[in-house]
Amino acid sequence: MHRWSSVTTLVLACGYICFAASSPQSLQRGEDVQTTDNQIGHYGGTLIVAQRSEPKTLNPVTAADAPSREVIGRLTADLIHINRASQQTEPALARSWSISQDGKVFIVKLRHGLRFSDGQPFDADDVVFSFQVYLDEKVHSSQRDLLVVGGRPIEVQKIDQYTVRFTLAQPYAAAERIFDSLAMMPRHLLEKPYGQGRFSQVWTLTTPPSEMAGMGPFRVKEYVAGQKIVLERNPYYWKTDQHKNRLPYLDELAFLFVGNEDAQVIRFQAGETDIISRLGAENYALLSKDAASRGTQFFDLGPSLEYDFLVFNLNDLKKDTDNIAAKQAWFQDVKFRQAVSSAIDRDSIVRLVYAGHGAALWGNVSPSNKLWVDQTLPHPPRSLDRARELLKSEGFSWHADGALFDRQGKAVEFSIITSTSNAQRTKMATLVQDDLSKLGMNVHVVPLEFRAVLDRVFQTYDYEASIMALGGGDADPNPEMNVWLSSGGTHLWHLGEPKPATDWEAQIDQSMGKQMVQLKYKERKRLYDQVQETVAANVPFVFLATPNVLVGAKKTVGNFRPAVLDPNTLWNVEQLYFLPGNGTPAGGKP
Amino acid sequence: MRKKSRLVAAVLLLLGLHAAILLAGFVAPSDPAALNRDLPFVPPTRIHFVDSRGHLHLVPFIYQWKARPDSFNEYDEAHDKSYPVRFFIQGPEYRLAGVLRSHVHLFGADAPAQIFLAGTDAYGRDQFSRILYGGQISLAAGLLATGISLFLGLVVGCVSGFYGGWIDESAMRLVELFLVLPWLYFLLAVRSFLPLHISPAQTFFLLVTVIGTIGWARPARLVRGIVLSARSRKYVLASRGFGASDWYILRRHVLPHTYGILFTQAALLVPQYVVAEVTLSFLGLGLSEPAPSWGNLLANLQQYNVLVSYWWMFAPALALVIVSLGYLQMANTVHELQSGST
Repeated sequence: MHRWSSVTTLVLACGYICFAASSPQSLQRGEDVQTTDNQIGHYGGTLIVAQRSEPKTLNPVTAADAPSREVIGRLTADLIHINRASQQTEPALARSWSISQDGKVFIVKLRHGLRFSDGQPFDADDVVFSFQVYLDEKVHSSQRDLLVVGGRPIEVQKIDQYTVRFTLAQPYAAAERIFDSLAMMPRHLLEKPYGQGRFSQVWTLTTPPSEMAGMGPFRVKEYVAGQKIVLERNPYYWKTDQHKNRLPYLDELAFLFVGNEDAQVIRFQAGETDIISRLGAENYALLSKDAASRGTQFFDLGPSLEYDFLVFNLNDLKKDTDNIAAKQAWFQDVKFRQAVSSAIDRDSIVRLVYAGHGAALWGNVSPSNKLWVDQTLPHPPRSLDRARELLKSEGFSWHADGALFDRQGKAVEFSIITSTSNAQRTKMATLVQDDLSKLGMNVHVVPLEFRAVLDRVFQTYDYEASIMALGGGDADPNPEMNVWLSSGGTHLWHLGEPKPATDWEAQIDQSMGKQMVQLKYKERKRLYDQVQETVAANVPFVFLATPNVLVGAKKTVGNFRPAVLDPNTLWNVEQLYFLPGNGTPAGGKP
Repeated sequence: MRKKSRLVAAVLLLLGLHAAILLAGFVAPSDPAALNRDLPFVPPTRIHFVDSRGHLHLVPFIYQWKARPDSFNEYDEAHDKSYPVRFFIQGPEYRLAGVLRSHVHLFGADAPAQIFLAGTDAYGRDQFSRILYGGQISLAAGLLATGISLFLGLVVGCVSGFYGGWIDESAMRLVELFLVLPWLYFLLAVRSFLPLHISPAQTFFLLVTVIGTIGWARPARLVRGIVLSARSRKYVLASRGFGASDWYILRRHVLPHTYGILFTQAALLVPQYVVAEVTLSFLGLGLSEPAPSWGNLLANLQQYNVLVSYWWMFAPALALVIVSLGYLQMANTVHELQSGST
């Protein structure tokens, strides 16, 4: 009897300790929590999500790949956050902020009494430290560009323990959106490695969890290389629901590394994962068929913000091993590009590649971006006749067998490279190839490994045409600066221009520059409309289509509210909980 | 006698298959590159003899597939109009065996109906036609590569078996090296050195060369064995005594012994090389879109939703099985007949 009771006590004590290690801490006096308005849930459960590839790092400053950012986003928090459902900014770690009249000075007031996931207090010192790291050129953060306005990096100054002042060199439209996803990092853990110049090496996947801390809803529990990373509840998380329950509801969040989309689908179908996002259309159709019997539900959220396009290589070639320069004579002709655009059957692409879950595009702004899309942009229907007229007017001609020749008598032939890991883009390329063969163009589709495509498009310029996708980050035009500015890093058709190569590119530079500092929405919209029209007329990208955002989840996941902005399904992970039994979430509207 | 009839059956099957593939333009009802954008992933067309009212027709007929509204890739037969199956019908133009132009197809249906004996793929292309045209590539690759392998094997085997000494030693070490090589990885490695975007014709010849130069080792060893035993025969010695040259002895006395081995090796290698080409194309390293080959037809099955939902996409695998069975059966029976008679 004695032994039994002491063993039981021991077991219970251990259980309590284990449980207590990650159960939510009771609210402290003076803690300025944020109250969410979601359906009240209950504690417990592990949410399992599959990722296509393994994250490379847990360092918020150096991470550039999507899987890393997906995990890091759950471990960290920002000052001002863009609510993925409403697409508007809302207070996060900052309880309020004020902007000066001239739009150049931000005073941000932080919440009081908050703590990191290791229990250490959070205050303005951490904010100043975090921005110092982001702005440090030696650290090479990919987010540094966002903080350089008017050629000068943003200035950060501590006013008092809970107030920080940000000064911009010039007014910046929607400046508060810059703060989204800039993780606030713990000075008490990272100041030393930063001082030693080791910042880029900290917080890898194998770093012991005790050396990491963040303001996000979860903290790292364990990492099994090649298999999974498991996060556990952050007991000090600064959000509560309306009944003063500290969020998150979930005990744990696990990311499994499964390799590719098909593996994600198989796992979800087998019930091994709870949520699946970024579904391709065929997989969406496949999974929706037996949704009722498996207790899952699927959502088509409408067009995403991404845009798929065909780009021709207009770069200054470094070394021309494949005689691309001769073909650039065709690509640089705007009427050639317009003819290509006119000949493409966008409806087929939406139907065959996206199974109808998509929208055709003639510009870079998706129809779901109601605030910014130019409604007056023309959507010319497919016309082979118009395409032939355009080609004829530029001196192209056809031989008896239908093949197209330019005015020098050279047969029009080129290749389109796509990534092997993206079956949909290869499909699009095959359809485009068939469309262009009706014009007599001899097009080859060359699938290459993803990194090989990136290398050719961004570094060596050793390609003729490619089908790629951009966008999807935010609805606001400012993140698109990199694409449309002639000096931008994703100005794909002509990278590294010392000055705009054409008049219309110069026009776009001007308009984009002006809208960036224009604080009034109406005027910004007018400027951005101009950009969209110039782009649509000069076709540096032949826009094809945009996929709809397709996601799914088990019916037992409560408060599931998928959104068009990334991360579609986990943006409100602190509000997710498991419904008892097989109930449908009542009131959890997508 | 049963062996003989099995052999005859295998040979006839192979001949039929090869003839159909050689005359792909005639046997296939559609152009393999023609997209039917409204009919992606259509199941195989059902051939009917009895119509919806229960009447028997002597001439088989088909119904058109109509997409079910508001669903993805689901079809129903449209019973409103039936289309009889016509033979020797006019259809899309093709070149028979790459030479003769013609419009006549073995079977088909009046426009707008089309007969999809093996369904369609993601772009609505007729799989049956693509299997036949793809067979041209895959079989030709297999046959040509076999030719190369056997030729190399014969030359090396003869020379090393006939002359012996250091030639034999070094040749056999080389043979051992090639036997040990994991052929798939070697193929992948060689393929990755080749330029990425080359024309389909160039890809084809490179494929054939690469596959052919991997498998010469086993035939070489076998031929060497035969040559070794043949050259020590009494009549060969007698021939030498009469002043015959090496070349004459090889040609007149030694080579005839190798024919049997060469034949069985050929029958074993052809399906192996067809599978090698299929493997490379399946992995995206052989012939690329839109040229069909059994490999890139089967590559569609790499997508989970295709594997699970569209069973007719396995059809090229069936063709592969038939080819392999035919050749292996032939090799087996010939080998048995030979060893029986020797």
